[in-house]
Amino acid sequence: MTALTDIPRANPQAPDAPRLPRRGAVRHSGADVGPSRATRIVVLSMAALFLGLPLFALGAFTVRGGLKGGVTLSHWHDLFGGELGAASGPLWSGLQNSLLLSVVTVVVMLALLVPTMILVRLHLPRLERVLEFVCLLPLTIPAVALVVGLAPVFSVVARVFGSGSWTLAFAYVIVTLPYSYRAIQANLAAVDVVTLAEAARSLGASWTATMRDVLLPNLRRGMLAASFISIAVVLGEFTIASLLSRTNLQTALVLVSKRDPYVSNIVVLLSLVFALVLLFALGRVGTQTRRSRP
Amino acid sequence: MTATSTSTPTSSDSDGPAGGLGSGAVQPNAVAATVEMIDVVKDYGSARALSGFTLSMQPGELVALLGPSGCGKTTALRALAGLTPITSGTMRVDGEAVAHLPTNKRDVGMVFQSYSLFPHMTAQDNVEYGLRMRKVPKAERRTRASEMLSSVGLEELGHRYAHELSGGQQQRVALARALVTQPSVLLLDEPLSALDAKVRVELRELIRRIQTELRITTLFVTHDQEEALAMADRVAVMSDGVIRQIGTPEDLYSRPTSAFVADFVGLSNRVAGTLTAGTITAYGTTFDLLGDSLPDGPVVALVRPEDVTFGDTGVPGTVITSSFLGSLRRTIVRLEDSSVLTVQHDASDVKLAGAEVSIAFTGRPVSARKP
Repeated sequence: MTALTDIPRANPQAPDAPRLPRRGAVRHSGADVGPSRATRIVVLSMAALFLGLPLFALGAFTVRGGLKGGVTLSHWHDLFGGELGAASGPLWSGLQNSLLLSVVTVVVMLALLVPTMILVRLHLPRLERVLEFVCLLPLTIPAVALVVGLAPVFSVVARVFGSGSWTLAFAYVIVTLPYSYRAIQANLAAVDVVTLAEAARSLGASWTATMRDVLLPNLRRGMLAASFISIAVVLGEFTIASLLSRTNLQTALVLVSKRDPYVSNIVVLLSLVFALVLLFALGRVGTQTRRSRP
Repeated sequence: MTATSTSTPTSSDSDGPAGGLGSGAVQPNAVAATVEMIDVVKDYGSARALSGFTLSMQPGELVALLGPSGCGKTTALRALAGLTPITSGTMRVDGEAVAHLPTNKRDVGMVFQSYSLFPHMTAQDNVEYGLRMRKVPKAERRTRASEMLSSVGLEELGHRYAHELSGGQQQRVALARALVTQPSVLLLDEPLSALDAKVRVELRELIRRIQTELRITTLFVTHDQEEALAMADRVAVMSDGVIRQIGTPEDLYSRPTSAFVADFVGLSNRVAGTLTAGTITAYGTTFDLLGDSLPDGPVVALVRPEDVTFGDTGVPGTVITSSFLGSLRRTIVRLEDSSVLTVQHDASDVKLAGAEVSIAFTGRPVSARKP
């Protein structure tokens, strides 16, 4: 057996070795050309005020004692203690439907969009413009016009899949397509999927293994972003559900608000907080990905 | 498998002592393969990238494909890897036709020009990946990957991710990843072109050493002739989708069979002369014609800078510049007829700009082309 000889060892501290930032260390690149600390505080405070004040007002309204005045948690107790009875029925079923719709929309969207975009990037790059055009098209179509077009389609959908609220997901996939496409496209542009796929293939990986082990993990950020945006859109969607006579969170809120404005405002407040949490989660995903890449 | 008789170096050419490396010991390739590409054609629409490309490689041989941009060298390598389907032709690895096989069934290792490490995996996991695809047990995978990383001098950096490695280190990991599965053929697609000069030289020596010691048949694509001449057993010079000449670096440099090869490999002075019955006369010196025959008449002879000398008598000229290149020097001289020649000479013979000199020619055979 012949052995390899005298291979120069890489020095982790070599001049060409990138230095790893210390844990918790703050990175500064060149001169500090950003706004001053005071400016940042003022701008952030104004933004927080702009976003926070309506939420605070909404929160304050939900604990008002009505005509009696004062502060009370009775409206929250009514909602979560089950004392609202039949009034909260549409609300919970609407919330359930919206959550189910979110899941189905995300699953269908990812299952359709991710393989298609990878396929086009790897094998049909000339179709990228066409795909982009098709995916962005729903942005230009008003929801009402979309429903008019979808109505006959949904009569067929109802025959095949039934008329469950979850079938709205087929329409929601179209509505969320532009946002999902942009999120995944941004990730695809940042990763050299062609070379990664070729490297995996040259190492003996099948197409399935290449997708599972190499491409999807590197598109995780885009897929998460697309999922979060889709969930936010689905939870806030009213027009299509209303015009197609389906119940979701927003249509239920309208219904309930006619009986009890406090309950609908509590749910709106929680929805907005949930959307904010989603946005922060999205930001965190982006930050973590930036940290893990040069 | 034993090496067949070739003019190429074999495992015995290893420049280190046999069995000299402890932790980084890696088995030489037991299946060094022959490679044949016969009449391979690749069309991209109406454009022909490979036009009857034919290449034969012996086991353990390193062949460099050298040529200008767009000559088809990368297409040829990708065709052998299965990444680019060919239009027609035959490709065999160890006698087995492979043109119909997908990339993952071809048993090739490949290092790419761009950094191709999987960003979400550590260096160790990257190297293990090919073994994982071959269902090698985990313990054996870890051992072999560690050995391979050790062989490229990165045993301490296996836990790092790609972005925590320099460009040179990433290409070392990519090399380890390509070699750990002991592929029949190693394909290198300009793996050094993104690196700075010092790292490039270090890495090319490492690649050559490992390739020689593992005795793995290797096809290396480069547009850098210095790299090709320094690393390869044989160099194939390509243009317009075919190999114009293939031979040892010495053959290509000293005995180019065409003006294209003489012009492309190394530096050449273009000297106007007259061809008569296979002999070129220029500045009172006669040169035998190398390579392709040409009709008698005016020609441009391609004379190497080392075949032009300074002397006490000869063609008078004036020094324009002189560059110090270590042990030698290149001086550019303008002759009285305004033509410019490069002279390569000993570094100790300093020529200052503006100095009056006389130049002569050794008269060694040269290639030529029509003016």
